[in-house]
Amino acid sequence: MILQIIILLPLLAALAVWLGAPGRITSILASGVNLLLVLGLIWQYQGMGLEGGMAFKSAFTVLDQPHIQFAVGADGISLTLALLTALVTMAAVWSTVGKDAIYYIASLLIAGGAFGAFLCTDLFFIYAFHELALIPTFLMIALYGYGDRKAVAWKITLYLGAGSLILLAGLAGLVWLCSPDNKITFDLLALEPVTADSGYAKWWVEATYFTLLIGFGTLVSLFPFHSWAAPAYAAAPTPVAMLHAGVLKKFGLYGLIRIAMPLLPEAAQATWIQHALLYMLLGNILVMGLVTIHQRRLDGLLANSSVMHMGYIFLGLAAGNALGVNGALLLMFAHGISIALLFLLCGKLRSQAGTLEFEKLGGLAGNAPFLSLVFGIAAFASIGLPGLANFAGEVLVFLGAFKDFDAAEGFTFLQVATILSLWGVVISAVYMLRAYRKIFFGKAVSGIFVSDPGISQRIPLVVLAGVLLVVGCQPGLLLNLMQFSLGALGFK
Amino acid sequence: MNTLSLELGLGVLGLLLLVAESFSFIPRKSIAYIAIAGVAAALVLLVTGLAGGAVPAGMQEFYVVDRLALFYKGLALVSTLVVIVLSLEYASVINQFVSAKPEQTKEAGLGEFFCLPLFVCVGMMVMASAVDMITIFVALELVTISFYVLVSFMRRNALSLEAGVKYLILGALSTGLLVYGMAWLYGLTGQTTLAGISEKLVNWEGGVTAPLFASVLVLAGLGFKVAAVPFQIWVPDVYQGAPTPVTAFLSVGSKASGVIVLTRVFESLVVGGSVVGQPLTQFVLILAGVTILVGNFAAIRQTNFKRLLAYSSIAHAGFLLLALGSRHSVSGFSPAEIAAFYLATYVPMTFVCFLVLSAARAQGLSDEIVSLTGLAKKCPVLAGALMLALASLAGLPLTAGFMGKMLVIFSAAYDGSYLVLALAVIGAITGFYYYFKVILVLYAKPDGATPTIKLSRLSRVTLAVLTAAIVVIGVYPKSVQGMLKGTKKVEAVAVVK
Repeated sequence: MILQIIILLPLLAALAVWLGAPGRITSILASGVNLLLVLGLIWQYQGMGLEGGMAFKSAFTVLDQPHIQFAVGADGISLTLALLTALVTMAAVWSTVGKDAIYYIASLLIAGGAFGAFLCTDLFFIYAFHELALIPTFLMIALYGYGDRKAVAWKITLYLGAGSLILLAGLAGLVWLCSPDNKITFDLLALEPVTADSGYAKWWVEATYFTLLIGFGTLVSLFPFHSWAAPAYAAAPTPVAMLHAGVLKKFGLYGLIRIAMPLLPEAAQATWIQHALLYMLLGNILVMGLVTIHQRRLDGLLANSSVMHMGYIFLGLAAGNALGVNGALLLMFAHGISIALLFLLCGKLRSQAGTLEFEKLGGLAGNAPFLSLVFGIAAFASIGLPGLANFAGEVLVFLGAFKDFDAAEGFTFLQVATILSLWGVVISAVYMLRAYRKIFFGKAVSGIFVSDPGISQRIPLVVLAGVLLVVGCQPGLLLNLMQFSLGALGFK
Repeated sequence: MNTLSLELGLGVLGLLLLVAESFSFIPRKSIAYIAIAGVAAALVLLVTGLAGGAVPAGMQEFYVVDRLALFYKGLALVSTLVVIVLSLEYASVINQFVSAKPEQTKEAGLGEFFCLPLFVCVGMMVMASAVDMITIFVALELVTISFYVLVSFMRRNALSLEAGVKYLILGALSTGLLVYGMAWLYGLTGQTTLAGISEKLVNWEGGVTAPLFASVLVLAGLGFKVAAVPFQIWVPDVYQGAPTPVTAFLSVGSKASGVIVLTRVFESLVVGGSVVGQPLTQFVLILAGVTILVGNFAAIRQTNFKRLLAYSSIAHAGFLLLALGSRHSVSGFSPAEIAAFYLATYVPMTFVCFLVLSAARAQGLSDEIVSLTGLAKKCPVLAGALMLALASLAGLPLTAGFMGKMLVIFSAAYDGSYLVLALAVIGAITGFYYYFKVILVLYAKPDGATPTIKLSRLSRVTLAVLTAAIVVIGVYPKSVQGMLKGTKKVEAVAVVK
C-alpha cells in the first residue's frame, strides 16, 4: 500500500491545490511525507535480505486482456531513484515562494509521474506515468518560461511526443517478444528475457532493442536526439528545470537498465548496437562538451552540461557489466541532485541579478558568500571532484568500461571510447570553473547586487549539498542498496 | 420488457412533448426536463438490465439485441441526455436567433429544439440493433431527417442556414448512394438481411466486380455518416454552423450510430471467405489512413474551436475505421469491440469540449479559440476539465483517449498494416500540436477582460461525470470492457462469427 500512497500523494496534493488549497504548504507537506516514506522503505528494504528482488509488491488488474495491471514494487534501484525524486521535489517546492498555484501543481504532477514511473512494475503504467509529466512541463515552459519560450515548448512537446511514440512502438514489440506463451501481458515481472534459444529472428530482436534505445535515448537527450533538451532547460521555470533535468530525464536510463537490457540481453550486446551507442555517447560528451564551453549564459551552460553528462551514464550502460551499470546508477542519482541544485542557484541568481550573462556578472561572492559556497559544492560535484557524489559514479563507470582490457589484444572500441570520454572531465572542468570564477569572483559589477537567502531558504540548498557530500564520502550507502538488485536483473 | 419498448416509449414521449409544445401546455424548459427524465429512466432500465430482454418473435431477422447493441443503445441514451443538458445551457443563444425580436416572448423560439433529440435517440437505438438493410435505412433516415431540422434550427443565423442546406444536400446524396448500393446488393443476392447477404457472398460464384461495386457504394453512404475521407467535406461547415449542442450530437451520437451500422455491414460483407472480403478490407484501411492524415493536418490551421473539433472528429473517424479494418482481435477484443471501446472514450472527451463551448457561447463568447484566452484564471475548474478532455483527445496516457488509441494501434500492429500504422502515428503526433495549442490558450495570460463562464447545476454535474469518466476509463479500462463483455445472458442472433 505504501508504494501506492507515494505515487498518489503528489497527485492528490496537486488536485487539492487545484481546488484551492494553499500551494506551497500543501506541496511541502506532501513531498515531506513522501521523503519520510521513501527513507522508511529503504530502511525496511535493507533489512529484508531479499537477494535484491522486488519487494512491497502489489497489483490491481485494470484490464484482463491484454493484461494490464496497476502493479507496484520496488528494489534498490527504484528506491534510490524514488529517493532522488523525493529530495528534488522537496527542494523544488520549498524554494518556490509566492508563485501561482500552477507552479506547485506542475511540480507535484511531475513528481507524481516520476514516482509512478520508477515504482510501477507494469509497462503500461511505467510508460503512462512518465507521459503524465509532459503537459505540466509544456505548460510551464510555454507560460512562465524565459526567452523564446513558446517555440521551445512546442519543440519539446513534439520531440518528446515523437520519442514517446517510438518508445511505445518498441515496448509493443518487447511485449510481443517477451510475453510468455504469447499471452500478451504488460507485467514486467512476468516477461521473459529473449535469448538466442527463444526462437525469434535475431534481426527482429535487435531491431526492437534499437527502437527502445532510440525511444528511451530521446527522453534522455542521447546525441543526436538531444536538441530539445538544452533550450528546454534554459527556458524552463526553476522548479520545472530542477525536476525535469534532475529527475524525469533519468527515466529513459532507468528504462534501459530495468526493461530493455535485462529482457533483451543479447541484443544489448550486439556489436552494431554497441558501436552505434558509443558513437552517440561520444557525441554527447565531446560535441556537447565543446558546445557547453562556448555558452555565454549560465542557464545555457547548465542545460548543455546536463546533456553532456548523460554521455557518461550511457558509457556505464554500454559497459554492460555490474560495475559500469552500478556506476551509471550512482551517477544518475548524483547528477540528479547536483543539476537540480545548480538550477536552483541559477534561478536565485536570475531573480536577484536579473541577468545570467557571464559578461554582466562578477564578484558576487562578496555579498553572497553562502550562495558562492553552495554553488562551489554543486559545481565541483558536477565536474567530478573526489569527495562529492558524482566522483564515485564516474570512477565506477570508467572502471567498468575499461574492465576487460587485455594488453595482448589492444583496445576495443569501448575502451577507446572510454579514453576519449575521459577528456570530457577536462572539458567540464574548464567550463564549470570558468563560470564559477566569472560569476562569483573577480571584480564586482556595479548595479548588480545578490544577497544570501534567509535561513528558511537555505534549507533546501543545505539538504541537497549535504546529500552530495554524504554520498560522495560514503557512496557505499547507495551502491550496496543497488548492487544486489543489479544482480537480480542479470548484470554480472 | 424488451429494448424495443424503450424505443417505442421514447418515441411516444417525443410525440407527446411535441403536442404539448405546440399547444403551449407547459413552459418550454419543462419540456427539456421531462425529456431528460425520460431518457434517464430509459438509461436506468437499460443499465440495470430490466430492458434487455428477448427480441419478439418474428423480429429476429432484422433486429438483434446482443452485447454490442446494448452498448450502443447506452451510448445513444447517454449522448441524448448530455445533448439536452447542453441545449438547456445554450437555450438563450437559440432563442436569440429564432425569435423575430429578441425581447419577444421568452423561450418562444425553443419549440421543437428539446423534442427532436428524442427522435434522434430512437433512431440511433434502432440502428444499434438493425441487421437488415431496410431497418438500417429507416432508422438512419429518422436520425438524419431530425438532424436536418436541428442543424438549421437557428433560422435567423446565416451560418446555421448554410450548414442546414449543406447537410441536407450532401446527406441526401449519401442516402442516395447508400440506397443505390443496397438495391444492388438486393439485386445480386435477393436478400435484405445482413446475414443472408453475407451467406450469399461467401458462396458467390460470379464475378467480383458487381458485389464490390455494390459494397463500395454502401460503405460510401455510411462513410458520409461517420465523416470519413473523402466524404468528409460537409463536416467543418456543418459543425461550425449548427447550434453547438447539435454539433456535439452530430459529432458523438450520429457518429456512434454510424459506426455500429458500419461495423455490422462491414463485418457481414467481409466475413471469412467472402468474395469481396480482401479488396474491401484494403479499401477501408486506405480510407482509414487518408482520413487520419486529412483530419489531423487540416486541424492544424484552425482558429475556430468548432472547426478544430470537426477536423479532429474526422481524424477520430480514421482511427475507428482502422479499428474496423484490422481483422484480427487483440487477445480478447474483436475489431467491433475495439471500435466500440474507442467510441466510449470519444464520447466523454468530446462532450466536455462542447459543454464548455456551449456555456461560453451562452455567456457571449465566440467559438474562436482565442476567446477562451485566460479561462484558467477565472474558471480553473472549467479550464482544468477542458484541459483533461483535450489531453485525452490528443491521447495522453492515463486518460481515456490513450486507451482507445492504444488498442487500435496494437490491433493494427498485430494485423501487420504497418503503413496505415505509420500514418496513425504521424496523425497522433500532429494531434499533440493542435490540441495543446488550445490548452496553451486556456492558461495564457488574458489580455483585457477575462471571460467568466457560469454553469447551471445540471451542467456542473454532467461535467463532473464526464470528466470522471475520462479518468476512470483511462485508468481502469476494465469498466468498459465489462460492459462490452458482460456475463449476462442475452438472447442474441449473432450476425457474424
